[in-house]
Amino acid sequence: MATAALLGSNGRGYRRTHVVARELAYLSDEALVALLARGEHGALAELYERFGRVAYGLARRILRDDALAEDAVQEAFLSAWRSAPRFVAERSTASTWLLTLVHRRAVDLVRREERRRGEPLHAGREGESAATDESAWLRLERERVQGALRQLPDQQREAIELAYYGGFTQSQLADRLGEPLGTIKSRMFTGLRRLRELLEEPSGEETPWSGTESTS
Amino acid sequence: MERDGIHELTAAYALDALDPVDERVYEEHLARCASCQEELAGFRDVAAHLAYVPEGPSPPPALRERILERARQEPAGNVVPFRSRRTVVWTSAAAAVAAVVALGIGIWAASLSRDLDRERDTVALLADPARSLELSGASGRVAVGDDGEAVLAVSDLPAAPSGKSYEIWVIEGKTPRRAGLFNGRDDRDVVRLSRRVPKGSVVAVTVEPKGGVDAPTTKPIFAAQA
Repeated sequence: MATAALLGSNGRGYRRTHVVARELAYLSDEALVALLARGEHGALAELYERFGRVAYGLARRILRDDALAEDAVQEAFLSAWRSAPRFVAERSTASTWLLTLVHRRAVDLVRREERRRGEPLHAGREGESAATDESAWLRLERERVQGALRQLPDQQREAIELAYYGGFTQSQLADRLGEPLGTIKSRMFTGLRRLRELLEEPSGEETPWSGTESTS
Repeated sequence: MERDGIHELTAAYALDALDPVDERVYEEHLARCASCQEELAGFRDVAAHLAYVPEGPSPPPALRERILERARQEPAGNVVPFRSRRTVVWTSAAAAVAAVVALGIGIWAASLSRDLDRERDTVALLADPARSLELSGASGRVAVGDDGEAVLAVSDLPAAPSGKSYEIWVIEGKTPRRAGLFNGRDDRDVVRLSRRVPKGSVVAVTVEPKGGVDAPTTKPIFAAQA
């Protein structure tokens, strides 16, 4: 039972590891983080299996540099490892929590490095769509989010994308776009609200929402 | 609502797009504003979904190894923190709101097992107990909630000898009552007591035959006064 793995007051060493390894694939992301909080290395490995690729893709988009992206991902996962006990109290979904850490690290790094800037931020770079080894789940999820983004008014989408993928602060964006700060703020706000509504809408098919099957 | 500018900053905050000064101002506001906390939880979820959009290659295998290796080198930073009450109040308020929001928008679909709920309760109790009882005879404590629900956290207890278990007792007056069993790991044990801990009682742990006994047969190895 999961109780043994979660509350884990019995079994040690070899036996414990064995039990955990068998159960990890079935655990929700949230249960994994609960194990992380208990210092289970296997849980960290499983979490990386599920989110490493997305994390790396995001960090690469923001940093536009493979080595820096690796740094950001590494720091984010280690930060998750250290702060997992706090996650449990915060009750966001585990995926949101982890991806927020990744984004934060990448943005911190890009601001420190003064990298990127001025490049178009839509769409992936040429020749990168050949990612044939990624999961169907990830592809579906990407299409769903892209679909929602496309339904936003252009200016709102631009503000959100430049902020999230470009790592620009709202005042940098105001400068860059030559708009008053207040305009940028409300574009982000209205845009995110709309995006939330769009993402909540049932997609018609079954929603790939359980958030754990990134490798299936 | 967005009558004043600060609420609107929730979006930029969720996108990590606030300038450092604004960020500090906003965080101060956030700590006191339930509606911003609620909005933020939703916006964070939306922002996290944007992470799925970029395409690209898998990370190099060495990255995984490096992360796991670094984690192995870090001694348990993963101890449930006994944080200051102020912090806890803030996070649990935000947590409650976030949970409600998540339910509302159906993102909480990942079904949480009862085990996990129990685990969360345990951790929540440890993080913010009504009373925290120091153990004498071992390093650790018993965290007791308002309702008497209790969690024992003890570190550096050796594994129970073969054929034996640690048994927890709640002793009221002179009567010890069974309150749970555990086997002991080398680093840290966290055990939820199966019995409430009233004021004035004593929580004690003895070594007993595996499976436990109805009344203690040995002297307590450690105890705490409630």
